[in-house]
Amino acid sequence: MHARADAADTAPNWPDDIFATLQRFDVRQVAYVPDAGHAKLIHRVLGSSTMRGIPLTTEEEGVALLAGAWAGGQRGVLLMQSSGVGNCINMLSLIPVLRFPFLTLITMRGEWGEFNPWQVPMGSTTQGVLELSGVKVLRASNAAEVPAVLEAAAAQAYNALTPTAVLLSQRLIGAKVFTK
Amino acid sequence: MSKANLLDRRQVVSVLLANRGDVVAIGGLGASTNDITAAGDHARNFYLWGGMGGAAMIGLGLALAQPNLPVLVITGDGEMLMGMGSLATVGLQKPSNLSIAVLDNEAYGETGGQTSHTSAGVDLVGVARACGIKDSRAISTMAEVEAFAKAVQDVSAGPRFADVKIDSANLERILPTRDGTYILNRIRGDLGFQPI
Repeated sequence: MHARADAADTAPNWPDDIFATLQRFDVRQVAYVPDAGHAKLIHRVLGSSTMRGIPLTTEEEGVALLAGAWAGGQRGVLLMQSSGVGNCINMLSLIPVLRFPFLTLITMRGEWGEFNPWQVPMGSTTQGVLELSGVKVLRASNAAEVPAVLEAAAAQAYNALTPTAVLLSQRLIGAKVFTK
Repeated sequence: MSKANLLDRRQVVSVLLANRGDVVAIGGLGASTNDITAAGDHARNFYLWGGMGGAAMIGLGLALAQPNLPVLVITGDGEMLMGMGSLATVGLQKPSNLSIAVLDNEAYGETGGQTSHTSAGVDLVGVARACGIKDSRAISTMAEVEAFAKAVQDVSAGPRFADVKIDSANLERILPTRDGTYILNRIRGDLGFQPI
């Protein structure tokens, strides 16, 4: 079983804070490759009348999608897990060249109590890869700081066209474990 | 022409864009973006010089943002193969105003003409159809190109996909601007959006 797949009554509230911020910033296209840490937010997005949830087959699709969305006048956001950052690298080159608002929210693996060694290499390089690719990185490590971090990230991404990633730390989400 | 009966890419693109109306045209990395330029520079041309594999997704984002606007992605077989998963993503969203035309010369023309997977029978029309894009056409005549160009204008009946078999001639490069912010902001301006 999966420690993160909590019953609804024990699900965390910070995804609601993220949803509220995205709504306030008039984000319309929400592209994602699912992750357990994003499950509640994805659920909220799919139930929203103003946001469109767009499942991807691989994360770099989302970078290109957001460029097109902005050409058509809409803001978007990309939700993924840290391993997806590696899939995005070349497509991230669109961001400084085209200069469109880019915000990505990344649930972290490969840190804070990780049980799966296969997650560690990409989780360890996630922040470095983003920064080398010209994306500013902010981090939320506990639920209390999520609203302020999201507010700052959305403001600089959408108002200042500063490409921004928010790392939602494994400490915030809860380390994933499999038990019998 | 290097093979008999194959279409000329410039002629194909010229027909696709001849009566373009409101169309926003996205040219995939490679010769396709040059073909769009050869058909005439336009404020609604989205020229790609990079981001290989991303053309269809840029088209999807634009089509979802502007559902009443015809959006036409024109790209090559190599570029489409790299972003093949995006056909599944398009098939899921089913934007009725999005059309994708692949100029299929079965080769990577920009890099020395190495054969692509389509030369060995990989069927992009079959892929597109299997991904849920019901209107997926294999095109081998100019009459079919003309019919597709007309269909592009119908923003209620897509998404649609066409694989157009073209000859592998390397034509004179007609290059568009490489300035991405200019390209993007010119489109936004033409659609009525202000700078931030």
